[in-house]
Amino acid sequence: MTTEALTSADYIRHHLQNLTCGIREGHIHCAHDAVEAKEMGFWALNVDTFAVSLVLGLVFLVLFYRVARNAQQGTPSGAQNFIEWVVEFIDGSVRGSFTGRSALVAPLALTVFLWIFLMNLMDLIPVDYVPYLAEAMGLGHFKVVPSTDPNATIGMAVGVFFLVIFYSIKIKGVGGFLGELALMPFQSKNKLVQVLFMPVNLLLEGVNLIAKPVSLALRLFGNMYAGEMIFILIALLPFYAQWTLSLPWAIFHILIVTLQAFIFMTLTIVYLDMAHQEHH
Amino acid sequence: MNINATLLGQTIMFAMFVWFCMKFVWPPIMAALEARKKQIADGLAAAERGKHDLELAAHRSADFIREAKEKAAEIIALSDKRASEIVEAAKIQAHAESERIVVAAKAEIEQEVFRAKEQLRTQVSAVALAGAGKILGREIDAKAHNDLLEKLVAEI
Repeated sequence: MTTEALTSADYIRHHLQNLTCGIREGHIHCAHDAVEAKEMGFWALNVDTFAVSLVLGLVFLVLFYRVARNAQQGTPSGAQNFIEWVVEFIDGSVRGSFTGRSALVAPLALTVFLWIFLMNLMDLIPVDYVPYLAEAMGLGHFKVVPSTDPNATIGMAVGVFFLVIFYSIKIKGVGGFLGELALMPFQSKNKLVQVLFMPVNLLLEGVNLIAKPVSLALRLFGNMYAGEMIFILIALLPFYAQWTLSLPWAIFHILIVTLQAFIFMTLTIVYLDMAHQEHH
Repeated sequence: MNINATLLGQTIMFAMFVWFCMKFVWPPIMAALEARKKQIADGLAAAERGKHDLELAAHRSADFIREAKEKAAEIIALSDKRASEIVEAAKIQAHAESERIVVAAKAEIEQEVFRAKEQLRTQVSAVALAGAGKILGREIDAKAHNDLLEKLVAEI
């Protein structure tokens, strides 16, 4: 019983381990377990996350670029039809949530949505396929879902956060942005009281500001990580019984995959819209 | 599940993807969509215009038909009038002609009568002479009595 439990724990641990590689003593070395990965510190790369997200991003961009280059204004057909449908959906979402004018927000939303969607979609690949394949190729670990790696989700959230700060300062100026942080939500006509309010305001608005990327990153990561975890747990069942749980979960997960991509995109739009709006 | 340089890599990758999408993917697709939107709008406007034109043309053709009908009626009325005029004129002419013919015939008849009378006179005088000759039992010398005969003829 104990050995059984241990192997199950090992199985789960193995599946949750990224292929973390770094340069050690002059040559590339990949971690064999979580402890070793941790010891590598910051200057290591989760090769699986990086490679899969790069490939998926390129798949998205190449597909869309090919269609965009040959886009016809006449009757669209095949791939152009599908891509126009996606683009119009994104454009509608942006027009619905974003009140300003920006050449960046719509393509940003498109990239966010499709990239995350494709990354999440990797969750539907049976959990054992890719690690076995990787093992056959000599790689100890391979996590195929980049969005279950906090590095990927935080990476995107940081990107969005930079954009929020950039546009806040661009639209309102440094003073306006800092004023928004320091002078809201508590306001007073009395100058002294206003100064007394400032630390409280800074704390509240600071938390508000930091909460944006954190919630973006952790929501996506948490959902996908939990989904992946359940797939792994289902994979512990005997092979003939797995489909009874994995099939409903996979079908439900199709919803989660799309929904999480959509939520990330919508929140990105909303945050940028808030960055574009002048408070008074 | 530890945070490492992947985060930086992901952020840079994200930025590059967004940049590429913004530069090369979004604008052409939107341009195509806008162009199509405009094309469709133009097409609808053209159809609307065509419909309007058709309505106008229908109005115009109705006007034309009405006008043509009026003109035709006018022409018919005019031609009727003209025909009756011609008939009247013909009647008058025919009447005049008949009058003329009657007059001519009368004149001819008179002439014929006159000629017949003349002939009759001559013949009667000849008959009278023959009769007289027979009665006298001798030949009257026509030449000798020519003056007498002519006087007789003139008398008859």
